[in-house]
Amino acid sequence: MAIFNPTDTALSIKNLTVSYHNQPVLWDIDLDIPAGVMAGIVGPNGAGKSTLIKSLLGLVPSLSGEVMVHGRPYATQRKRVGYVPQRSSVDWDFPTTALDVVTMGLYGRLGWLKRPGRKERHEAQEALEMVGMSALAERQISQLSGGQQQRVFLARALVQQADVYFLDEPMAGVDATTERAIIDILRRLRDAGKTLIVVHHDLQTVRTYFDWLLLLNVRVIASGKAEEVFKIDHLRQAYGGQIALLNDNESLMFSASKVK
Amino acid sequence: MVWLELLSDYTFQNVVIGASLLGLISGPLGCFAVLRRQSLLGDAISHAALPGICLSFIITGSRDIGGIIIGSLITGSAAALIMLMLTRLSRLKTDAALGACLSIFFAVGIVLLTYIQSTNNASQGGLEAFLFGQAAATLRSDLWVMGSITLVTLLLLAVFWKQAKLVTFDAEYARTLGMPITVIEASLTAMVALAVVVGLQMVGVILMAAMIVAPAAAARQWSRHLGGMLTIAAGVGIVSGVSGATISTLSRGLATGPLIVLTATAIVLISLALAPGRGLLWGVIKHYRQKSALQKQQLLYALYKHSADPSCAPSTLGSRRMLNKLKQQGYLTRSPRGATPSDGGWGLTAQGQAEARRVIAAFEELAS
Repeated sequence: MAIFNPTDTALSIKNLTVSYHNQPVLWDIDLDIPAGVMAGIVGPNGAGKSTLIKSLLGLVPSLSGEVMVHGRPYATQRKRVGYVPQRSSVDWDFPTTALDVVTMGLYGRLGWLKRPGRKERHEAQEALEMVGMSALAERQISQLSGGQQQRVFLARALVQQADVYFLDEPMAGVDATTERAIIDILRRLRDAGKTLIVVHHDLQTVRTYFDWLLLLNVRVIASGKAEEVFKIDHLRQAYGGQIALLNDNESLMFSASKVK
Repeated sequence: MVWLELLSDYTFQNVVIGASLLGLISGPLGCFAVLRRQSLLGDAISHAALPGICLSFIITGSRDIGGIIIGSLITGSAAALIMLMLTRLSRLKTDAALGACLSIFFAVGIVLLTYIQSTNNASQGGLEAFLFGQAAATLRSDLWVMGSITLVTLLLLAVFWKQAKLVTFDAEYARTLGMPITVIEASLTAMVALAVVVGLQMVGVILMAAMIVAPAAAARQWSRHLGGMLTIAAGVGIVSGVSGATISTLSRGLATGPLIVLTATAIVLISLALAPGRGLLWGVIKHYRQKSALQKQQLLYALYKHSADPSCAPSTLGSRRMLNKLKQQGYLTRSPRGATPSDGGWGLTAQGQAEARRVIAAFEELAS
């Protein structure tokens, strides 16, 4: 179990509002995520889960809001932040190898003119080993399976040696073995004191994977320790009537029709 | 003797050097355009160069290449910018915005062109050559300008290689690393405009897009790395430029630009068909190999499983050809004397039985 240190806040968001075509996608988000947790961002489709991550990283313009990473503005802390985008966000037919994609994670550190050399390739190879892909380092990325592509993206973020990681649906469209492997890697990172912020869509696994939760539907419905947030009332509030949940620990069993 | 004469010909030298320079710049930059799914942007920029060419002529009163380059760069970039703005600000999709920009700018260009022709200015002669290019009119001084543009562009690419590569592959991730992606993307687009400008004299505004797309498309088939793709694309560009120019000169009178484009297209077709791994032919061969391997496994499996029960007829299993092939490979025997009507006398040899057991083991491992 991770140690919660209330004095150290990995991510702090104030008043974040994002709108798209005059429609609010995220409304007045206030959020503090402690360091050293595995945090899940959960909510229905269109709740703004991916948009939240993207606006934090400056990929989507926000109307207002302040983002602090470990107490300083994000813009000054880029090197401490790693990002694993959705696998579908790039064209995998790009002519390059798995190792080369992982090496890209080091481009920020290398600065404008320096090129990746033997040291960088070695680090990339180590990151591939961590995700169990070292044998496929020279494989064309177009020939990798979906799960393997996801692991390459994970390795690219790992090689950054960041303190806070944002992952956008890393478990989407991968098989059970890969999901297991990814979760194991994330847990190891958390145990090493890193903070992981993961957009997740599968409610069944939320309780087993995360120790901290944000329940999102345009606004923050609830946030805090997973056991306090993952409650039927909160879920109903976030998902409306469209929820059917099975959980054998508590008797949280109800069907969509029973919820008004 | 013909070749020696040809090589010492001043015009031919100019055309070949010009065509090579064009291949050298359009190939590598085309790779970025194609990988960023902006191959048609080159088309828009090149069509939009025409009003620039005409405006520069109206202002300066001459066909000076410097003025023409500046003019075409301005209108070409304006078209690209308007296109990007249309897609950002309106609900128009990229293809519609691109089509609109391309045709409007080109129409303005044609109107200006006919206006200049109507003024009967003596020095305007051959301005319409920019539509399809007029390689033979290339001057030594033009080559210097083309060469410098090519050199500077390729140097810039070499220096900012990392940035160009990452922005092309995954722009959002590049931004999280702190790269100024707007600047890099704009520079890449500007470089495509420069490549277009280099090609105006050789192949003209209408066909220039082919020189952006074709070498890159051919190179993608043969390459496993971005660097390799750029090198091959440059090679394809140079080869098609030089051979197009040569064919045109030898045939006396066939247009150079279109011949260059046709040569490049031929290389694309060959690459699409034959390239190892990605080529169509390769795919067909692989398909038939897999099919035949599967048929063989099925036959061996069935013969092995049902050998104890001759009433389960192997004759229903499939083609006689495959049976004969397997016999040749030593997996099957045929004893005409013991032939029953149902099984045709086919039986597994010891080698065949071993192979069948291997197939079954592999199959069961896969299933578990």
